Amino acid sequence: MDAAKPPVAVDEPDSWTLRVRQAIEKNLPMDNFLPHRQPFYVGSWVYVFGVITIAALVWVVVSGVVLAFMGPQWWHDSGVGRFFNSLHFWSVQLFFIFMVLHLWGQYFMAGWRNGRAATWAIGVVIFGVSILTAFTGYLSQQNFDSQFIAVNAKDAMNAGGVGAFFNVLNFGQMYGLHIMLLPIGVTILVVWHIVMVRARGVVKPIDPEGGIRS
Amino acid sequence: MDSPTTYFHWGFIVISLPNVLVIAGMIVLFAIALVAPFPRGGEGHDGRR
Amino acid sequence: MKAMGATQEEYYRGVRMVPYDLVKELVLALAGVGVIALVASVILSSPDVAPVTIAAWSQSDPVDFVTTATGELAGSTTSAGYGNPYNTDGSGQAWGPIAPQKWFGTRIPIDSAGTFVIQPLQRASTGNPDLGSALDTWQKASSDQQGKWTDAYAKALAKATAKDGKVVVEDGDYGSLPVMMSNLLAVAQAGGLDGLLQINGRFYQTDYTPALLFMGDGGYLSAQAEQWNLLGNQWGMMNETGRFPGQTWLWLYTMWYQVFPFNNETGFLGLNSSNADLGIIILMTLLTVALAVVPFIPVLRDIPRWVPIHRLIWRDYYAPKRRSA
Repeated sequence: MDAAKPPVAVDEPDSWTLRVRQAIEKNLPMDNFLPHRQPFYVGSWVYVFGVITIAALVWVVVSGVVLAFMGPQWWHDSGVGRFFNSLHFWSVQLFFIFMVLHLWGQYFMAGWRNGRAATWAIGVVIFGVSILTAFTGYLSQQNFDSQFIAVNAKDAMNAGGVGAFFNVLNFGQMYGLHIMLLPIGVTILVVWHIVMVRARGVVKPIDPEGGIRS
Repeated sequence: MDSPTTYFHWGFIVISLPNVLVIAGMIVLFAIALVAPFPRGGEGHDGRR
Repeated sequence: MKAMGATQEEYYRGVRMVPYDLVKELVLALAGVGVIALVASVILSSPDVAPVTIAAWSQSDPVDFVTTATGELAGSTTSAGYGNPYNTDGSGQAWGPIAPQKWFGTRIPIDSAGTFVIQPLQRASTGNPDLGSALDTWQKASSDQQGKWTDAYAKALAKATAKDGKVVVEDGDYGSLPVMMSNLLAVAQAGGLDGLLQINGRFYQTDYTPALLFMGDGGYLSAQAEQWNLLGNQWGMMNETGRFPGQTWLWLYTMWYQVFPFNNETGFLGLNSSNADLGIIILMTLLTVALAVVPFIPVLRDIPRWVPIHRLIWRDYYAPKRRSA
C-alpha cells in the first residue's frame, strides 16, 4: 500500500534539515572536502606548514589529555609524568613554530585573495586564542615560572580592566580555562579554518593577468 | 638543563641562546622550504578534468 | 553565501590538476612531528624550577620578609596601594580618560595589613599570650601611633642584619611591632604562613591570590626571577627558566617594554613606564586587529606582490610550461 514515493521535486514543506544539507552540499561537497588532486602549482614545501601545524596541535592535545587525566601535580613527582609534560612542552613549541611559518608563507603568497580574507582573519584569531591558551598553560604549571608569570601578568590584566574576571593568580580558574574552554575554542576555530580552506580551494598564484585583488 | 643559559646583547635586544636557535631555525626552515624540490606525484600528466 | 562548490569548478577551470594525497600527508605529518617531539622530550626534557614558598623567602632573607610585612601594615607596599581590583588606595594605570582598571570596581578585595599580617597573627596568638597582648596593643593604638611605629621600624630595618634567621635592629620605639614581626617570621619560617594565606580559614582552595600578592610585595621573588632573566626589562616575557626556549611568539609584545616611551619615566603623549601595561595592551590590540585585516590595508597587502618570494613558491607556474608531447 505504502509504496516508496519518489522524492517530491517542488513544494517541499519548509525543512531546516533539508536546507542545512543543501547548504553543505553546495558549499562543501565531498569532492572539495577531500579532493585527491590539487592544482599543479601546489608544489612547494611551504604548503606543508599548515598540516604540520595541525599535527603539532594533535600532539599537544594528546599529551594534554594524559596530563589532565593524571592531575596537575603528577608531572612534578613522576618521571613518566615529566616525560608527558616534555611532550606537551615541545609539541607546543612546534605548534607555534609551524604556525608562524604557515603565517609567513600565507602572507608572501597573499593567501587572502579571491574571497579568502575571512580565512586569513580566522587564522589571526587562531593565533591570538592559541597565545591565550598557552598563557593559561604556563600559569597552570604550579612551579616558579607560573608564580612569576602570574605576579607580573596580573598588572597587564588589571591595567586592561579584565584582571578581576580573568584572575591569573587564581590557579583553579586558569587551569579550567586551559584544559577545557580554550582548547574547545581553538579546535572549533581550526575546524572552521580548514572548512574555509577546503570550501574555496587553494588560492591561485599571484598573476598580473588577473587574480591579485581579493 | 635547569641551569641558566647564555644571553646575547645586541643593542637594545637581549635574547637567550635557545630562543636564537628557534628563530634562526625557523628562518632556515622557511628558506629550505622555498627552494627544496617538491615530490611530484603526477609529473608529466597532462590530464585536465 | 556563494555556492562555493560550483565556484571551485569555475575557479580551477583550465588549471592542470595533479594527484595530491591529503590524508597520507596528514598521517606523515602526525608521524614526523610526533617523532620530533618525542626525541626532544627524551633528550631535553622540560623546565620545572620549584616554586618559591613564603617559608623559603623568610628563611633566606628574613630582613626582606619583615620589611615587607611592616610595609603591609604601613600601607606602603605595591599591593597596599594598588587600586582596583584589590582596593581603592591607588588609582591604577590610566592614559588620559582611558582607565579600565578603575571601571569595574573592587572585585577581589584584599586588605593588605589584615590579610597578610593581622589575621595570620591572630590565628598564631592561640596559646601565645605575649603575641596576644602585642596584637591588642597594636589594635588599640591610634593610626597616628601605628604610623610612627611603622616609620621608625622601617627606617631601622633598612640597616638591619639577619642573625640565626632572626632580624636584628638597633634599639628604638617600635611599639609592639618587634613582637608581632618576630612571631610572624617564626610562623613563616615554619611554613605556617604559606598554609594560612592559601587556605585562609577554608579547607579546599585553588586561588592563590593572597599568597602571590604578598610574595610579589617582597624582593625575593623578583630576585630569583632576575637570575632567570624573567624581569620585564630583560625581555622576560619571552624567556624560560633553564636552557629552554621561551615564548618566542611574544617577542613583539615584550619588545615595547624595552623601548621609548614605555621604558622612560617621562615618556611621550602621556605614555610612559608607569602606564606601560595599559599603553602596550592598547597598542598590541590595534596591531593584532591590523594583522587580521591586512587584506584591506594598502601597501601591507601589496608587499607580497613586490617581494619575489612567491616566485620561488610558484616557480612551476611562472616557468615556461613543459608539456609532454
